[in-house]
Amino acid sequence: MKNKELLKVTGLSKSFGGVKAVNNVSFTLYEGESIGVIGPNGSGKSTLINLITGFIKPDSGTVIYKGRNITGIAPNRAVNLGIARSFQMVRPFYNMEAYKNLIIPLYSPRVKKQLQGGNFGDRDEIAIQLLEDVGFERESQIPYKLTGSLPHGYLKRLELARCLCLEPDLVVLDELFSGMSMSEVASTVPILERILQEGRDMIMIEHRIRELFRIVNKVICLNFGKKIAEGTPEEVMNTKEVKEAYLGSEGESIA
Amino acid sequence: MIESMLVFGLVNSAVLMLLALGFSLTFGLSGVANFSHGGIYLFAGYLAYFLLKMGLPYFIAVVLTIFITALLGAAIYKLIVIRVRGIVLNEVIATFAIGICMLEFFRWLGFVTYEYSLPYIARGRFTIFETTLDYQRSLIIVVALLLAVFLWFFTHRTKTGLALLGMAQDEYTALAVGIDSDWAATYSFAIGGAFAAIAAVMILPLGIININIGYEVLLIALAVTVLGGLESTKGLILACIILGYAQVITSTFFAPHWKEAVYLAAILIVLAVKPSGLLGKFKELEERV
Amino acid sequence: MKAGYRKERIDRGIKARADDIFAISSYREILYLTGPRILAVLALLIYPLLTDVTGAYWQTVAFIACIIALLTLSWNFLFSVGLVSLGQAYFFGVGAYFTGFFDRTIGLPPLYSIPLATVAGAILCTIIIYPVLRLRGIYFALITFALPLFLMRIIEATGYLGGTEGISGLQRLPGITFSLYVTVVIVLAVTFIFLRLFDTDYGLVLRAIHDNDMSVLAGGLNVQLYKAQAVFIAAMPATFAGALMTLHYRIVGMPAFAVEYSILPLTAAVVGGTGTFAGGVLGAFILVPFSELLRAFGTLRIVMYGIMLLFFVVGLPEGIYRFAQRKYFQFERIVPLEEKADEK
Repeated sequence: MKNKELLKVTGLSKSFGGVKAVNNVSFTLYEGESIGVIGPNGSGKSTLINLITGFIKPDSGTVIYKGRNITGIAPNRAVNLGIARSFQMVRPFYNMEAYKNLIIPLYSPRVKKQLQGGNFGDRDEIAIQLLEDVGFERESQIPYKLTGSLPHGYLKRLELARCLCLEPDLVVLDELFSGMSMSEVASTVPILERILQEGRDMIMIEHRIRELFRIVNKVICLNFGKKIAEGTPEEVMNTKEVKEAYLGSEGESIA
Repeated sequence: MIESMLVFGLVNSAVLMLLALGFSLTFGLSGVANFSHGGIYLFAGYLAYFLLKMGLPYFIAVVLTIFITALLGAAIYKLIVIRVRGIVLNEVIATFAIGICMLEFFRWLGFVTYEYSLPYIARGRFTIFETTLDYQRSLIIVVALLLAVFLWFFTHRTKTGLALLGMAQDEYTALAVGIDSDWAATYSFAIGGAFAAIAAVMILPLGIININIGYEVLLIALAVTVLGGLESTKGLILACIILGYAQVITSTFFAPHWKEAVYLAAILIVLAVKPSGLLGKFKELEERV
Repeated sequence: MKAGYRKERIDRGIKARADDIFAISSYREILYLTGPRILAVLALLIYPLLTDVTGAYWQTVAFIACIIALLTLSWNFLFSVGLVSLGQAYFFGVGAYFTGFFDRTIGLPPLYSIPLATVAGAILCTIIIYPVLRLRGIYFALITFALPLFLMRIIEATGYLGGTEGISGLQRLPGITFSLYVTVVIVLAVTFIFLRLFDTDYGLVLRAIHDNDMSVLAGGLNVQLYKAQAVFIAAMPATFAGALMTLHYRIVGMPAFAVEYSILPLTAAVVGGTGTFAGGVLGAFILVPFSELLRAFGTLRIVMYGIMLLFFVVGLPEGIYRFAQRKYFQFERIVPLEEKADEK
């Protein structure tokens, strides 16, 4: 017995100057599920996410979200429907204090109009609380520091906090763990687990397979823009194509 | 009627291309939008005029003009742009200021009367497709084509060109494999200057030398570059052909002075439909929009 | 320095946590902080009343400085949203022509034609610029550079709105003192409003667009819409400047789109410090009297602006305002060393 479909991607393709970055990828995300996307570098993972969240318009294929066709939708409208994303390369507002970064998503129509009580309350206070939730210490000066002066791990968590501001139904994380230290990863995993428990769905691109498999219950593997495997983590890792993609085929290694 | 439109559209396109090539080349290779392009263009025009007036033979004067203008381009980079490199806004303001300084300085010197004009390379005319075309205009087409071919050959087949192309694609990677960024940028400014000089020598004989041409040249270069999409020589050629013919069509069917509005209309339409330009290869949202 | 004394930075005790949060404990500290601002505002408010002392000529110079200051404020507002304009003459000219149109064709008195032209001009500017708002950085700069030239061509080509001759014989304003006072008040009001606006959450969103517009998109905000609003707000001081200038000289023509109205605000903004509203006004009040002194050189003045622009972009990119502010907060006073004070 499956839950309702939250996101259904069919035949998504995009090419840049002749290179097929994403080639005919389809998958379905049911409510209460979380999907991990793995694959070697340059296999089209980030492009896939950009296609889903509207940052790049697909050449062909459809994205259905909550029964509604959102193919090629403007990114800000996708956010207001409840799809929040983080960037692989952090994109904070470097010239502001860290907590002010969160004022911008808190000012969005989704928070202001759609969420109950969104237009009330002190945005500064909410922002600082959210930063505390993702692991900024409350008493310290860190939330008040200029964003440009923060270390990379904090910027990554700031990205996460910016997603959480929006109270999203679907969280899309693009290599959240890359650039974090081991201890930061260890402290971030419970935060992600809590997000799932709150009933939000998640799509995660990740290279840290062990932490990824702890969080998600379904994995998609991409290679050269094509989906080469889908299923539970164990199933995917035992697929021949996936092993070849990561380790090279045996024929190659002999040659 | 149709024949003459075809021929003059081609001439127009070639003129646009000559004017835009230098700007587009510098921009493509060094990433600096050289807003002093119009100033450099007129500098070359006046330089050629005075060299000829001094009694130098035509060929030597032209070669000297191209060489000195290339040096000027390099000097602009070496002396000024290098100090603001990397801050896009300051690059724009600095080159814009240089361009305005040059143009308004010429205006102040009073280089505006009818005596300032360059001689034709070749006088005479011939008839083709029932249209009379003079040798100068047909030469413009030939030179524009030659330059485009040279450009392609230079950036794809020579070591220097490949280095510059690498620089344009990823500055840090190019630095890591031992290409000097400033050397490459100086080179691209010099070639941009040389191209502007060639354009000046070819096109200015068609009319008198006028200060406002300087502003117009910059506008044309911008329009063509934005329209065609960066990094794309084919896009540049296509944009020139579209704008060139659009101008001929508007001045034939509407009124000649409307043709200036064609640039703006073309830019607005193309940007609304395809923001990366006609043949721009950039990942659309990532780079420009 | 005498023995037993040391130097102390005045601002050390006042600046509490950041550069703009102060802990004040005496009237002298209040004076130290507010003095420069109060002096500047008072000077601006009193100057127009001194017609007899300064003579009408220098009043007109101040008037033009105010007009350029408004254009510079507009430039700085656009800059704060990440839009670089090389063609402030575009806004100026649109405001000017609207005034001419309202005045001559419809016959509105200045009391109505100026505000109407301000708002209508800002709306038209926003509509024309809307399709290219998706562009960033130099691409946007290219378009703004082209816009005034194109509008000039269109008016020349079609012959509408007086064509090359322009519209002359507009209604009379009460006089230079009146015009100057109105612009001074507007300059002060706009500076104040812009500064306050950028402190609100709305202003934070605008600043965020300057920083990183992709993140603003990811935050669920329509960047295009906010940029359009910013252009509208920024256009208003500039169109107002055009409107008032037109009525003051009772003529509007193609010089309203002249390159001078583009390069003067740009230079003033760079001289004052890009992104600082007060700095822009300061820059305008330095630049315009300076250019009046150079009037004998004719068109060479524009070359001078260019050289000045170049000098500041290369040599002092932070601008005079930030430089002066930094120096002001580095003032030191001489205080006795603690031990000596104890002995007494």
